[in-house]
Amino acid sequence: MNYKVNDRGYYGNFGGAYIPEMLYPNVEELRNNYLKIISEEGFKKEFYDLLKNYVGRPSPLYFAGRLSQKHSTKIYLKREDLCHTGSHKINNTIGQILVAKRLGKQKIIAETGAGQHGVATATVCALIGMECTVYMGKVDMERQKPNVERMRILGAKVVPALSGNMTLKDATNEAMRHWINNPTDTHYIIGSVVGPHPYPDMVARFQSVISEEIKKQLEEQEGNPYPDYVFACVGGGSNAAGAFFNFLDDEHVNLVAVEAAGKGINSGESAATTALGKPGVLHGSKTLLIQTEDGQVIEPYSISAGLDYPGIGPIHSHLFEVGRAKFVSATDDEAMDAGIGLSKLEGIIPAVESAHAIAALDQFQFDKDDIVVVNLSGRGDKDLETYIRWGKY
Amino acid sequence: MKNRITNLFSTKNKGILSVFYTAGFPNMDSTVTIAKLLDQSGADIIEIGIPFSDPVADGPTIQQSNKIALDNGMSVKLLIEQVKEIRKQNVKVPIILMGYLNPVMQYGIEKFVKDAAEAGADGLILPDMPLYEYEEHYKSLFEANNLCNTFLISPTTSEERIKRIDSLTKGFIYAVSASSTTGAKNTFADEQVQYFEKLNGMSLINPFLIGFGISNNHTFSKASEYSAGAIVGSAFINLLKDSKDLDTDILNFVKQLKG
Repeated sequence: MNYKVNDRGYYGNFGGAYIPEMLYPNVEELRNNYLKIISEEGFKKEFYDLLKNYVGRPSPLYFAGRLSQKHSTKIYLKREDLCHTGSHKINNTIGQILVAKRLGKQKIIAETGAGQHGVATATVCALIGMECTVYMGKVDMERQKPNVERMRILGAKVVPALSGNMTLKDATNEAMRHWINNPTDTHYIIGSVVGPHPYPDMVARFQSVISEEIKKQLEEQEGNPYPDYVFACVGGGSNAAGAFFNFLDDEHVNLVAVEAAGKGINSGESAATTALGKPGVLHGSKTLLIQTEDGQVIEPYSISAGLDYPGIGPIHSHLFEVGRAKFVSATDDEAMDAGIGLSKLEGIIPAVESAHAIAALDQFQFDKDDIVVVNLSGRGDKDLETYIRWGKY
Repeated sequence: MKNRITNLFSTKNKGILSVFYTAGFPNMDSTVTIAKLLDQSGADIIEIGIPFSDPVADGPTIQQSNKIALDNGMSVKLLIEQVKEIRKQNVKVPIILMGYLNPVMQYGIEKFVKDAAEAGADGLILPDMPLYEYEEHYKSLFEANNLCNTFLISPTTSEERIKRIDSLTKGFIYAVSASSTTGAKNTFADEQVQYFEKLNGMSLINPFLIGFGISNNHTFSKASEYSAGAIVGSAFINLLKDSKDLDTDILNFVKQLKG
């Protein structure tokens, strides 16, 4: 079984580039150049140098002793929460801005939901010295005020998306419209493994540093590079794609993707795409999509603004369809409990997104010798208000 | 039976006016009423948009009409019924259905092509369907159902790709006037005119109509100098939104545009 993208941009039945002609030249320019650019020695040197000295990589692989005890197994946390700007998102934005520079682009646009990708984009734009515009749903701007100001402090312009429900999906629509209107001097830094080919593959490659490091670190700490399980939360799915990437062909490694069930899969307020979605086309790729019978996209819900996207990246639709990854979900309640639980057990307050991955541990029966890696994609600082409102600590 | 679109272009090669509006806007039953009025007013082609929740290639005007249409309960299934009704009311001009792929995909692309043709549509525009997908999976289906297929080209589309699109097109090519989303503009910039001249000089197999930014007699007649005609969308939607008397307003709109 092949889990990587084919030369047309498909993962099995999913992916491709379903875009109006006005976007075709931009996407085609990227498609024709991305592999060449990212395999250049000069690019790799600059990329890894920034990951090391600017982002703070490799991020630790921490043996979580008390959490392991609770689950009677060996659990490691991949500490993406310790990356500069507070999540794995920066791995991708560093990669893409270096690509943009080599394509001769002068301006950057991005979409953001919770603001993590927006902050990571604003950060690299400040680093490289490029003009940065971030589209963010008006509702999200109100919900995530500190991140809006972080982006502004970093010099980015934050534009409210006023269409639709004014959240992540609509911010993505607005960013695409901006790109249609500014095709030559602008690069669009998409924040997840979504969008038209080559975005899902390019973003997955930049995030694959996560599993590259896990392998090395497990080899050092356990004498064996292969875990029995890798857990990661999935909104669009970039941290999961990165955590799974270098284990895809090692079928004995169980990959577990954790979606946000919101208030319950059948509550009408959920973001569990594999449970609720059907194949469809949104934002340039064919993928599983939460939608009505008539093909209108349904606004998803999760307590975590980073997971409330109506689709998942095409790579995940494929992994789900062929059964290579197991897809489970955690509700708001389960995630919040798990986030508070991890804080008390290990002294780590996780992002609410990442807390979903922790919550899913309860659904598994592990052997005591199993090696379980949970990708802790982000830190909880940005979610303090959500934790406070939740209150049960 | 001959296709009404190819028929039209075989008898007329200048000043063709195609008018776009969103199905189910401003009211659910407007789709039929507006088609009748456009036909009576002298529009040459009627282009009916299938509303979608996420119209990424559209500016604010058409976005809003999509939202209102969906709130009214518009769907692909209902649109097929409305097209039948339009033909029943004796509307003779070509009808094109245009929309993003996802709602059509959920209806079933094959079923949609068959049902649209049977209802009386003459062509489809699915702007986010990749060329290879059309060529490999749907071209013969369109042909078997005697439906035209129109692709978009934009000022950034390479000549090589324009030729490839031309070879896959039946009916006409939709030349987007600028690198932009849809929306009414008052005039064309010099580089737009140069782009029209380039297209005109390419000796394409198919005629082309210019769309995006056409809003008045000036832009319509300017576009017509270099092409078979033009497509008006946002300017017409704006009219529908504000109109108190559709009969008069649509008649005047078409008359004023064609000059």
